[in-house]
Amino acid sequence: MTAQSPVESYEHLYARLQEVVARLEAGELPLEETLQLYEQGVRLAAECQRLLDAAELRVRQLSAVDPGIDLFA
Amino acid sequence: MYQALSVSELTSYLRELLEAHPVLGDLWVQGEISEFKRHAASGHCYFSIKDSEALLRGVMWRTAAARLSMLPRPGDLVLVHGYVSIYPQRGDLQLYADTLLPAGVGMLYARFEELKARLEAEGLFREARKRPLPALPRRIGIVTGAQSAALHDMLNVLARRFPLVEVLVAPCLVQGEQAPLSIVEALTRLYASDVDLIILARGGGAIEDLWSFNDEAVARAVYASPVPVITGVGHETDTTIVDLVADLRAPTPSAAAELAVPELAELRATIAASRARLEATVGALLALRRAQVTDAASIVERHAPLRRLARDRQQVDELARRLERSASTAVQLRDVALAGLNGRLQALSPQATLARGYAVVRRTDTGRVLTAPAQAAPATPLTITLRDGELYAEVVVPPEENQQ
Repeated sequence: MTAQSPVESYEHLYARLQEVVARLEAGELPLEETLQLYEQGVRLAAECQRLLDAAELRVRQLSAVDPGIDLFA
Repeated sequence: MYQALSVSELTSYLRELLEAHPVLGDLWVQGEISEFKRHAASGHCYFSIKDSEALLRGVMWRTAAARLSMLPRPGDLVLVHGYVSIYPQRGDLQLYADTLLPAGVGMLYARFEELKARLEAEGLFREARKRPLPALPRRIGIVTGAQSAALHDMLNVLARRFPLVEVLVAPCLVQGEQAPLSIVEALTRLYASDVDLIILARGGGAIEDLWSFNDEAVARAVYASPVPVITGVGHETDTTIVDLVADLRAPTPSAAAELAVPELAELRATIAASRARLEATVGALLALRRAQVTDAASIVERHAPLRRLARDRQQVDELARRLERSASTAVQLRDVALAGLNGRLQALSPQATLARGYAVVRRTDTGRVLTAPAQAAPATPLTITLRDGELYAEVVVPPEENQQ
């Protein structure tokens, strides 16, 4: 399994956040579970934010032909 | 026997023939200018174009001539676009030119038009074939010149807008004879890697410098891309063949990078919106629960022992009151019953006997009925009840006793 790209990690977290929001909004949950979901949602939102805050552009060069080309010279 | 045509009939027939001809009616001619004159009054231009073996006269009307950046001079190699027809007054075959370009650029332009028409007919530019860009690209492939300003610009934009993305740069030559092959190779390498979007870009330059992006092989390579391609070639005014093939055309490399990714701020806004929904939902739920607790508390309070006692006491009082009420009612009832009985007793009174002449004698003071003389001493007032009324009397001393 390949390592997740930052976007995939973000998408994964964000999808879970959406799911938590949807379940909460559907209602009909016991208070205990509601509060657990709420905490989970807040945590996921924070993780999403953290991921965005920490993101740094990763650049790789794909050069099969001339590895001597220096991208940033 | 053939019917003879007039000269003008023949020339106009030739003219119709020439102007309707599929090639002669719309063609490019390459040659050397041998003469080029602009008629001062009308603004129309008259010229001749030749090669080593032939010469052709031509005319360019004022409106077309106005578009010329400079008037060609004898000896210039040019490329002329227009149609061939006949000038009836002199019977001359003429080239009616609408475009005249220096041969170098003109050649490119002619090839550009030809390739554009062909690829368009093949459907390489179809709108329906344009793919949507991924909402959140994971990995973007960039094909552009190594160390180019375009690359720096694009990486800056990506780092600022959406640093979450990974960038795979496939450097290539962007001008010169080798450039088209180099671009195709770079694209092909990216197709084999795991990118979900490709930017093909080159900074601005002279029209000849951008020519690799009008190359058929490059156009077909872009068309073959398994993922959407955004082009950003040259400046806003330059449109190349690859721009037409690409899924999205951006005016410049930086613009291509901007179109490729969302802005981080947009993502932050969606996260904030999700958080707000969390707060709202849980807030509403907690408010509901709080209200339920308040309700429950008031129910409990209603059943509190002291209150209950008070209510019980009230109940006892109420019962007592009812009891009292019912008791007094019973007494009243008894009174009524008594009165009734009295009546009946009275009905049983010895009226009938009185009617027969008997009398009832009662002591007036006590109302007691007398049955024996001893019950009333002399001088006792008596009430004698007769049939029709009462008679009052007094006990007197018996005669024999008076005699004694």
